[in-house]
Amino acid sequence: MTNKREERVDEHDLNVERIMRSKSRRSFLVMGGSAAAGVAGWEWLTTRPQAGGLSYPLRRTLEFNEELAESYFKEARLTPTFPREMAGEPRLDGDEGLSAEFDPSTWRLQVMGAGEARTVTLEDIKRLRRIEMTTEHKCIEGWSTIVNWAGARLSDFAAAYNLATRSGTPPDFRNRPRDLVRYVGLETPDGGYYVGLDMPSAMHPQTLLCYEMGGRPLTLAHGAPLRLVTTVKYGIKSIKRIGRITFTDERPRDFWSEQGYDWYTGL
Amino acid sequence: MKTLKKKHPLAIRWFHWINFPVLFLMIWSGLLIYWSNAVYRIGLGSYTLLTFFPERFFQALGIPYHLAKGMSLHFFFMWFFVINGVLYVAYTFISGEWRYLVPNRHSFREAIRVALHDLHLSKIEPPPRKFNGAQQIAYTTVILMGAGSLVTGIAIYKPVQFASLTALLGGYQWARWEHFWLAAGYVIFFVIHFLQVVKAGWNNFRAMVTGYEIATMSQSSSEKPNPRVLAKGTL
Repeated sequence: MTNKREERVDEHDLNVERIMRSKSRRSFLVMGGSAAAGVAGWEWLTTRPQAGGLSYPLRRTLEFNEELAESYFKEARLTPTFPREMAGEPRLDGDEGLSAEFDPSTWRLQVMGAGEARTVTLEDIKRLRRIEMTTEHKCIEGWSTIVNWAGARLSDFAAAYNLATRSGTPPDFRNRPRDLVRYVGLETPDGGYYVGLDMPSAMHPQTLLCYEMGGRPLTLAHGAPLRLVTTVKYGIKSIKRIGRITFTDERPRDFWSEQGYDWYTGL
Repeated sequence: MKTLKKKHPLAIRWFHWINFPVLFLMIWSGLLIYWSNAVYRIGLGSYTLLTFFPERFFQALGIPYHLAKGMSLHFFFMWFFVINGVLYVAYTFISGEWRYLVPNRHSFREAIRVALHDLHLSKIEPPPRKFNGAQQIAYTTVILMGAGSLVTGIAIYKPVQFASLTALLGGYQWARWEHFWLAAGYVIFFVIHFLQVVKAGWNNFRAMVTGYEIATMSQSSSEKPNPRVLAKGTL
């Protein structure tokens, strides 16, 4: 009697193990297949043709993230400001576009907008309303420094010279946003460094044509005579020694986005 | 007498195994980004116990000079990480699976007993529930860490658009620091999790793949075992 019962238990146990084995086989096959699909997906992702130093699905994703970020971007949102005593000097990080042969005394800003090209002097820019701000300058590498800046808003500059609109009339951000061109491109005089900005970021109240840092005129190393400072982008967009500004509907080329970085890099 | 016991629902198994490579890639691409400003350490004042990370570590893994690649991967896989995580949490709530996972007032004491047992300091076996107190605390913590990574990630990804969030976390640099240590926390979690899975054995691991484990029932009853009924009833 006992033997018979044990036999039945053994038979039952074997049956359970048999069912488990068949389940395992199926599940591990599905898992192996999924893992193989994952590896193949990774291979695909990393071997696509390049777009600006990146495989294009990654580039498309950055552009998707950009569209999303633009949809919730608000010009009214400002970077926090700090007491001036907290300000320091940002580190010098790369000198692309800052060639040695440069004479600040003959410098003029070349401006291309809806109308004719023109040149502007530093005095012209200093006549615009002076804005001073102490903000955190954030490098794409991950460090940040609180810096005190002074200059004119790029939006005031665009308004004063009727640059930002297709019609060539003064920009009206609130009522005629569709008249605004889409981008601003900035380059160093030697063309060695160049950045592009989307219009909402360019017209942000904390985007300055900057001529002072820490209460003193900019030094050459920090971008004299005129540099851009924008708090809504990583530091790579805050181009030093601006030679040309172009207001355009065409997406401007951008030095670091050609090296695999995001074009937008909006904060 | 053996019986098949359903342990992990199909959805949970998918969430778990999708998260594994995705989190790995998030940590990996995070390292590529972190290298550009690798400033964290464990130390006191001028005394440094450990720097994160020694140059040899970066070199050995081929990490230097891949910031752009790291960012593009991080901002690609973040979508998979977040969507998978949100679906997982939603599923545990809808299915009621959260009842096994969320600690209760007994979990902490139980977790200590489990830890003592696992360190061979106590002979009291962990309770035979699906998840013991230590597991409940660990698995719930790691989900909260996931939420933390999302929040600190947003704070450093868009510190102007979400300025109040960044400020709440102590500012831009603190948010970056928090984001880093949460990632380090996953690595610690992974090491312990891996060792525990090895220790728990094949039956336990197989359950995370198949959904079933083989349980041994006591055979004190006089009922005649019927494999077909048992198998059916528990499948």
